[in-house]
Amino acid sequence: MTDAEPTSPPEPAGHSVGRRRFLGYVLAGPTLVTAAGLAPAPAARADGIPSPEITELVDLNDVMTAAALPTSGLITVEVGEDGSVSFALPRTEVGQGITTSTAMLIAEELDLPVDRVRVTLADARPELLFNQLTGASNTTVSTFVPVRVAAAVARGRLLRAASAELGVPESELTLKDGTVTGPAGRRVGIGALAAKAAAVRTERVAVDLKPRERFTVIGRSHGRVDALAAVTGRKRFTMDLDVPDAKPTMVCRPPTINGRVGSVANLAEVRALPGVTDVAVIGSGVAVRAETFGQCIDAVRALRVSWRPGTAEGKSDEVVLKELEAAELPLGLPPLTPSVEARFTFAFRGNSALEPNCAIADVRADRAEVWSSLKAPIVAKEAIAAKLGLPLGAVTVHVTEGGGSFGRKLFFDAALEAVEASRAMGKPVKLMWHRADDARQGRAHPMATSRVRISYLGNTVLGYRQRHTSVATDLSHGLGEIFTALAARLPVGDIGFSETFFQLSQNMPYDFGAHSRLLSETDKGFNTGSMRNVYSPDVTCARELLVDRLAGKMGKDPYTFRRDFLRDDRAKAVLEKAAETGNWGRAMPDGMAQGIAFHSEYHSVSAVLVEIDCRPETVGRTVRDAVTGPRVTKAVVAVDVGLTVNPRGLEAQMAGCLMDGIALALTAGLHLRDGHFLEASWDNYFYTRQWNTPPELRVVVMPDSTGEPGGAGELGVAASMAAVACAYGRATGTMPTRFPVNHGTLSFEPKPTVPPVPASPTDGLDHVR
Amino acid sequence: MPEHTFRLNGEQVTVDVDDDVRLLWVLRDILGVTGPKYGCGINVCKACTSHLNGRAVNPCAVPVGALGPDDEITTIEGLAATAGADLHPMQRAWLDQDVAQCGYCQPGQIMAAVALVRRVAEEGREIGDADLDGIRNICRCGTYVRIREAIRAGARDMM
Repeated sequence: MTDAEPTSPPEPAGHSVGRRRFLGYVLAGPTLVTAAGLAPAPAARADGIPSPEITELVDLNDVMTAAALPTSGLITVEVGEDGSVSFALPRTEVGQGITTSTAMLIAEELDLPVDRVRVTLADARPELLFNQLTGASNTTVSTFVPVRVAAAVARGRLLRAASAELGVPESELTLKDGTVTGPAGRRVGIGALAAKAAAVRTERVAVDLKPRERFTVIGRSHGRVDALAAVTGRKRFTMDLDVPDAKPTMVCRPPTINGRVGSVANLAEVRALPGVTDVAVIGSGVAVRAETFGQCIDAVRALRVSWRPGTAEGKSDEVVLKELEAAELPLGLPPLTPSVEARFTFAFRGNSALEPNCAIADVRADRAEVWSSLKAPIVAKEAIAAKLGLPLGAVTVHVTEGGGSFGRKLFFDAALEAVEASRAMGKPVKLMWHRADDARQGRAHPMATSRVRISYLGNTVLGYRQRHTSVATDLSHGLGEIFTALAARLPVGDIGFSETFFQLSQNMPYDFGAHSRLLSETDKGFNTGSMRNVYSPDVTCARELLVDRLAGKMGKDPYTFRRDFLRDDRAKAVLEKAAETGNWGRAMPDGMAQGIAFHSEYHSVSAVLVEIDCRPETVGRTVRDAVTGPRVTKAVVAVDVGLTVNPRGLEAQMAGCLMDGIALALTAGLHLRDGHFLEASWDNYFYTRQWNTPPELRVVVMPDSTGEPGGAGELGVAASMAAVACAYGRATGTMPTRFPVNHGTLSFEPKPTVPPVPASPTDGLDHVR
Repeated sequence: MPEHTFRLNGEQVTVDVDDDVRLLWVLRDILGVTGPKYGCGINVCKACTSHLNGRAVNPCAVPVGALGPDDEITTIEGLAATAGADLHPMQRAWLDQDVAQCGYCQPGQIMAAVALVRRVAEEGREIGDADLDGIRNICRCGTYVRIREAIRAGARDMM
């Protein structure tokens, strides 16, 4: 297809040159390698609704996609001589299923079985600038076109090579299941064509993408490509990698948030402990390297360190709440018309994944190599190079698959510590945080308040105001690249960035007259980060609870009220679907109730209906070392994400979002006392467990309503949290205003802060069952 | 250093390590068996769940010195062989339900599920909601509903 060189002047890679015609590349090389630039900026999407809402014209996804444009570098698809097709995805797989959905996109264009496509994660590629950040549910939105363009270029080259090989015109050839077939059954495999299809010089090529009506892979459920590795234990996470001499390393951490090492009384003694090879003071504490992690734990516990104060010294939930009250922006004078108003408080929450913070580092005098699951690997690479005083090119950052993220892996705290420890010790290290470290010194979703006022008259809503006040959220990973990240660290820049992020991620789906939402942030003394769905769960939960209250004031049913006031047809449709599927309005015993809520973001819409059981016999059920409490007994999640690449994967994400929402509403919060969090274990921080899982869950994926993929990975958290909160309010007769609702009761005995990690138990054989 | 001998996934193994090093680290850091995961180190999250003589055990809480030469440790890597197949029925059920998201907890979930099904069967019962509610293994991706479905299906196939 070189002769298909466009006749029009060259345009930036990946740009559309027709309705479905796009430009890609064939790269010079010994085997077939094709490429595309990342997505062209779509025309600002209005989603059909005329409205002053900024998020409907341009939301965060558009900003990220557009930011990628001029400098995006290329992503490449390679056809190997074994007939496999490989793609190094410049994103991070942390469970959200993007390796699977990306393999599906390539399989679609190449008419290949999905299992013939190998998707790996690209090392940090600074030339991609903004374009190697995994976040804001943006992966499929931004890669949907370019991945297919690269695959389509490969398809064209393979057909052209087959034409020469078989001596028949391309029009008489079909490519299917990795084989090109011509007249009279003559055939050749793509592996045999890979070298022949290769280019001797890089060429620009125009291609057509397969039209939607011919999709056979996209839109059909597919199991995860890594499922077999996951269930056999063969899936490799950072800690499972065998990097020569990278021995287990842990850090003895301070008793309060961000405390610093004063002095260490017994360095020599700890160096002599069994298995210990090195002990070194680093910025965050005292690093210990040993033959096994168990010996690291023992050594960390043996260290006698005097600590200097941290950045939240003496602070408690109550102190921070006062800071938030002081920082709250005015809501204005009470209106002359009737209104409903409330202030909601949201505790700090942990965004730990099950895989703790971890990284492998091998730092030498003139170079460094790092392995970690990083969602902003370019920022990490640049920060590591700066810390070590090495040129960027001397630092290699490998992105590994992550054991969950939930926002945590946007940061690279463990990678920075690992390079510091490796340099100090002069040896490779495999550094891991203890779970207690992860809970107490790891990043948390900031404590926040949200004050909402809705004014109305008769059946008309006149105005909506929301003042969200939060401990500062660290967004210093910026948009994935150090220059934006540095801007976010400037005191003014970060507030501007947070406010920008807030405004771009929030919208007002209801016809509520004049509305305003403002964010105010305070106190940068905490290790924070954006947790899955960032501001939206709290902001939406506050809004939806007050919507229920307003509906009550107007004498309307919560579902009917929402349906009447939602402005968008897609929004109404998911709400109706959730209500219908969940049998909204069915009679329930006292102490049980339904709740329903709506949230839109990422060009997607979601509605969640739950049923909750708050009867005493349920709330008081006992499970060992467990917070039981109210039980969500049934949930329906209805979502419209536009074009769905993998419905089964989307259903999985929504199920996870629901579990997050249940936890945020009912059980999961961090208690701040005396400058540290009390939680140090999964039996202290109550993420949803089996005993709080709804036995009945339905996820309804709506038919494609836009023809383009919207964001999905975080979409369902906000409406889930809000629906649970609304149901709780209706079941108990009291609207909850503090979250999680159990935060006022401390349900565990806090572990000591010195030593910072608990002893490893020895009684495992007593619990064999 | 003392020598410790036990059976691991059908083979006799001997390691040179102090008595009190927990089995999880013997498996992961010394023997390179990485299916059992670290998630807490204090027998709470259950990500390291494996089997000791066919029953669920958490290696993070077992000093290696507590094992005898006849004790059989089965990790996720050795599970399929106990069913004499490429995959154990529970692993197949996990694939059928496409349970895993990030996958970090899933080896422990599967090992816990198999032990639960065996225990319930020994008690002459079928798996019920209370049995499923009692599973302590954390999945931070929230795959709990598919886990429940997979366990019921896997239990049927184990009979």
